[in-house]
Amino acid sequence: MRLYRAVFANGLRRHATYRAATAAGLLTNTVFGLINAGVLLALFDARPHINGYDAADAITHVFITQALLAPTAIMGPPLELGERIRTGDIATDLMRPAHPLAWWLADDLGRAAFQTAFRGAPTFTAGALLLPLDLPADPARWAAFTTAAALAVLIGFALRYLFALAGFWLLDTRGLASLLFLAGPAFSGVLLPLVLFPEPLATTMRALPWASMIQFPVEAFLGKHTPPELAAGLARQAAWAAALLALGALATTRATRKAVVQGG
Amino acid sequence: MTTEPAIRAHALGRDFTLSTGPLLRRTRTTATAVRDVTFTIAPGETVAYLGPNGAGKSTTMKMLTGILAPTRGHLTVLGLPPSRRRTALAARIGVVFGQRTTLWWDLPLRDSLALTRHLYRVPARTHTARLDHLTHALDLAPFLHTPVRQLSLGQRMRGDLAAALLHDPDLLILDEPTIGLDIVSKTAIREFLLDLNTRRNTTILLTTHDLSDVERLCRRVILIDHGTLAYDGDLDGLHALAPAPRTLVVDLQHPADPLDLPGARHLRTQGPRQWLELTGPPAPAIAEAAARHPIADLALHEPGIEDVLARLYRRPT
Repeated sequence: MRLYRAVFANGLRRHATYRAATAAGLLTNTVFGLINAGVLLALFDARPHINGYDAADAITHVFITQALLAPTAIMGPPLELGERIRTGDIATDLMRPAHPLAWWLADDLGRAAFQTAFRGAPTFTAGALLLPLDLPADPARWAAFTTAAALAVLIGFALRYLFALAGFWLLDTRGLASLLFLAGPAFSGVLLPLVLFPEPLATTMRALPWASMIQFPVEAFLGKHTPPELAAGLARQAAWAAALLALGALATTRATRKAVVQGG
Repeated sequence: MTTEPAIRAHALGRDFTLSTGPLLRRTRTTATAVRDVTFTIAPGETVAYLGPNGAGKSTTMKMLTGILAPTRGHLTVLGLPPSRRRTALAARIGVVFGQRTTLWWDLPLRDSLALTRHLYRVPARTHTARLDHLTHALDLAPFLHTPVRQLSLGQRMRGDLAAALLHDPDLLILDEPTIGLDIVSKTAIREFLLDLNTRRNTTILLTTHDLSDVERLCRRVILIDHGTLAYDGDLDGLHALAPAPRTLVVDLQHPADPLDLPGARHLRTQGPRQWLELTGPPAPAIAEAAARHPIADLALHEPGIEDVLARLYRRPT
């Protein structure tokens, strides 16, 4: 456990070395947030209520989204593990007395922690200063949101881990990457809140793991759910995280076996 | 414990299955990287594992470290079967692949080295003592706080060596540890390894294309070619295996026609200087040359290990 705490700390610190990139990311998130909010305000000006959302909900959705983009890495970047598989550096990683899934999870949680503190939180604060966002007064809503956001980070890691391991079987993962980083923003609620999609598309999207990464945490923040609905949503997130991580562990065993027995 | 060999390989072999052609009409062919290799390395030995590109060196290294399972034969490293006990073995061996790094690219070298303490569960006090020693021996102090991405290749290699040694392994496996380094860095690393072997009795197995590494470091040479053992013994024996002729360099006072001397074959001429390959004892050739032309200078070159290996590698199998 100490090892993974140290890996977490290294993961956090190494992102801290890229200050200019962090500042640029923060600016991008804020500017895109303002543009998105502008578009949605125009829409809600024409139709003040859409499937339970009003204008304040919509612009809060936008800034929660922008704040979660970097921690969940829903639009990338992929894990460096993929590059290490492609170049063969993974061979030296296999020499470490550590489980690859736990190692990369610790490293990525370090990254997510840094991104939450230095990109996510400042982006949301900027949005809250510039626009009348809906800020929950109830601490329970903050607690629900924090839990949902943490589970969203886990799901984001698990998806990117599986994608990186695909490199063991595919010679070129770029096709898969473009598919994944297109599906992510569309199905999660980054491009548009999922409440704006017609049925049965909206229900289908909600059943996929990406909705658990943005749409559900936003709704937890906005307090859109009754307590049983909230519990069910968190359970669904936890189930996705557990299932994808279990799949990741299985893929790790298979990939290691393939590398060691078949020779990569 | 003391009698257990560091490495025991018996009839070791590794094949790769290659699939070629379109998806539905794939043909599978088997390529043999290592055919049949048998050797034993005792604790405290320093051994060079040599061979031309594609001979099976790296495949052997991967089997020794457990990241590749043998197709056939028997292999134990420090008494363990490497591919089945990879992580147990990893705690007892140090590995450096010269063209890869285990260091954290974005962080100061110090942070990567600190992590090995948790990786191998080294007590804090022991870790500090070892780190102090390695910092001194490898002269790490000037760049311990520099991010790895800003290190020169020689500095990075010293950092990688330190990372591989902080858990005090009994066996050090080095795959081209001096590749791309300048002569000063190479010398520093060689002297360090020699000292490690002498003082700690650490077994060292290295592959290299730089034969001065071998001459300085290794008392024993294992030569692999086309996946089989071509030679296993000391350096002198290697010279005897493919005797390379000595070369006589004659500097005449004036340019002259190619010399035709007893027991010597003319190789080339450059101005007043001529190169001759000796096929017999040098004395008659030198006497004859001196009798015919006024001589400014003479030199006799012993064949280097490069010449010996070049002859061995070219030999048909």
